[in-house]
Amino acid sequence: MQKSLKDFAVGQSGKVVKVVSESKIRRRLYDMGVTHGVEIKLTKVAPMGDPLNVELRGYQLSLRKAEAENVVMEVAE
Amino acid sequence: MLKFCLAGNPNSGKTTLFNALTGSTAHVGNWPGVTVDKREGVYKKLEEKVSIVDLPGIYSLSPYTLEEVVSRNFIMDENPDLIINIVDATKLERNLYLTTQLLETNVPMVIALNMMDTVERAGDKIDVKALEKAFGVPVVEISALRGKNINELMKVAYEVSKQPRKSFSVVEHSPLIGKAYAEVEKLCCEHDVDCACFHAVKVLEGDMLEVKDHPHIEEHVKEIREQIDSSAFDGDFEAMVADARYQYITSKMPSILIKNAKQKATATQKADKFFMHKVWGIPMFLVIMFAIFHVTFAEDFLYLQGIFGLEINSDFWCTFFQIEAGSAIPSPGVWLQSWFGYLMGCLIEAIAGLMESCPAWLTGLVCDGLLSGIDAILSFLPHILMLFLFLSILEDTGYMARVAFIMDRAFRKFGLSGKAFYPLLMCFGCGVPGVMATKTLESEKERKMTILISPFFSCGAKLPIWLAFAGVLFGGQHGDLVVYSIYLIGIIVAIISAIVLKLVINKAETAPFIMELPDYHLPQFKSTMLHLWDKLKHYLVKAGTIIASAIVVIWFLSNFGFAFWNGMVDDINVSMLGQIGQALQYLFYPMGWAMGDYGWQLVVSSLTGLLAKEEVVATMEVLAGGLGLEFMIATMTAPAAFSFMLFNLLCVPCMAMVGAVAGELNSKKELFKAIGFWMLVAYVVSAATYWCFTYWYVGVIVAVALVAAFVALVIRYKKRKV
Repeated sequence: MQKSLKDFAVGQSGKVVKVVSESKIRRRLYDMGVTHGVEIKLTKVAPMGDPLNVELRGYQLSLRKAEAENVVMEVAE
Repeated sequence: MLKFCLAGNPNSGKTTLFNALTGSTAHVGNWPGVTVDKREGVYKKLEEKVSIVDLPGIYSLSPYTLEEVVSRNFIMDENPDLIINIVDATKLERNLYLTTQLLETNVPMVIALNMMDTVERAGDKIDVKALEKAFGVPVVEISALRGKNINELMKVAYEVSKQPRKSFSVVEHSPLIGKAYAEVEKLCCEHDVDCACFHAVKVLEGDMLEVKDHPHIEEHVKEIREQIDSSAFDGDFEAMVADARYQYITSKMPSILIKNAKQKATATQKADKFFMHKVWGIPMFLVIMFAIFHVTFAEDFLYLQGIFGLEINSDFWCTFFQIEAGSAIPSPGVWLQSWFGYLMGCLIEAIAGLMESCPAWLTGLVCDGLLSGIDAILSFLPHILMLFLFLSILEDTGYMARVAFIMDRAFRKFGLSGKAFYPLLMCFGCGVPGVMATKTLESEKERKMTILISPFFSCGAKLPIWLAFAGVLFGGQHGDLVVYSIYLIGIIVAIISAIVLKLVINKAETAPFIMELPDYHLPQFKSTMLHLWDKLKHYLVKAGTIIASAIVVIWFLSNFGFAFWNGMVDDINVSMLGQIGQALQYLFYPMGWAMGDYGWQLVVSSLTGLLAKEEVVATMEVLAGGLGLEFMIATMTAPAAFSFMLFNLLCVPCMAMVGAVAGELNSKKELFKAIGFWMLVAYVVSAATYWCFTYWYVGVIVAVALVAAFVALVIRYKKRKV
């Protein structure tokens, strides 16, 4: 099942299918390792519901819902 | 001299390594992006001296942020003899991404594998030989923190720097674009492009700068691109190249990193459950901040007197704490300050005793001018020391990055991102590094807004003013509250200004927030002390140079009339300074504090604050004319005192900071606008404070007017949005 990283629940993980942001943000996400097929786990949500904190490639990355919205994921079983 | 540069991801230990190599005391923080400009030092333990350049931390060589541009230009244009690529072993995959880009230049390179001890502690293993084979450059395991293997690293680096290195790109291994890359590279070679590898990848990506530099091959490259099936990436070649790099790294990982089968929760994960808690995260931050203020400034430590009625009466303990019988136990900060003040007092008396036989003007200059001025500044040293100590601990541990995360949502309401938190927090220490740290913000508008509100965060140099008032206002009983309230009002003014500025300059645009959360580190004693010493040195040097010379000038101006050849004047009112101050005084009348007994003295004190904010108390001390600055403050009403403090908090910062702001804004017009903005805010806020608290009905009228204005602004903003 595909859904946006924004809609993940805490603890849920999945694989990146594609990133559809505008080019500058997409480039930044790629640089940080958010590339096709990489596994991402949503580990934390900030007190006011935004930003999100995810784990990928062995490190912690924070991003806002606005940026996470454009990361299309395949949810892991 | 040979020139080596350090390149690596933010927070990978680059600055620590730099300090270890050069013996420098550059500021290290557990925060991505501490090094904004490049820095240079010298390593002396080889046959030749080597100049070491610490480049800002970057994740990639793409030119999207200022740091990336600084690093890329350095590597491409300044021909370093070698790159030391520092790689954080705990975050190998992401760190190696930059490595794949650095390999595309033809500069000789060594990988310094840092933080291996943490990897080993987790039970993981890294096969160094496999890593060397995969990337074709020597790898040296080091611990930058403990200085382990650093000389070995430099030995290997020295040897490697003597041999040319053939550039190579991992993109050639990509099943999808490998062939296309090879063709473009061949093209570049045919056209004699330097660093063919690097430029070939960039041209293939469609990097705008590169395409402009190599127009003659663009046609050809277009054809090559069209032959590739890029549908999975919507034709985005940048994405395909990034993907190819990570694919190469991922394919090599199994042979390089051998993971421990049992993965347990790291200390960072455990601590984050606590500090980044959904409900407790924000209250905890506020409590931590209050605790820091309390330990530093409270007269009644832990409220032992207020709550339990605990008083100190025995002689021994009164001397020990430097308090009067019947007082509460002071906080460590206040206690240290009392002792320091006592010792300074003894010293000054001793010097005054020695100078008894000197001429009157010399004793006056040294004792009333220089010594009492310097004493006024130095006596706040213990407080400043403690506050900086706590802030550097919070920063070194990595907690500040968490604060940016939990506060982002709140900051965004004011048109800023959580990332602006750190530069602003630094402003509590000193505005100069704070303003310089705004370089890490990606959006131009956000940077401008952050700079504009930065002086409102009370810096360490302004602290002596609040402390002087805190000791006198309300009988000196609520020192911690007076200081806390000034800091708080500063923050509130900053927030309101940000909201207004957002409506004026930054219409609904927010910068992205994509940030790495560093692991927690225990604060390192050495690093924290270096950090502290750095700040302290700055303060002492300032006290010894600018301030001491300004004190002499002020002393001269306040003891001589315009006809200075007639000798010293007895009445300060007819002195040069008195005349100037009295002329300017009327401009400051609306703020209340300039109308009192010491009106023009306070005006002059505020003006000298432009040199350095520590000057304000020093000048007050000199101008109080032997009665002491406590006496001067005691003549003011509480609203006038607050009005004075707020004016000094909000008005144009010191020259050093104005200089830093000028450097960042890069335009005279913007700088004048900023100065005008600060003056206006300071004038309005302090006048309002005075009149509202002196006459309650004024307060009511102003409050109503403010609410009305705010509502009107919001309605207008909403309308414009529709």
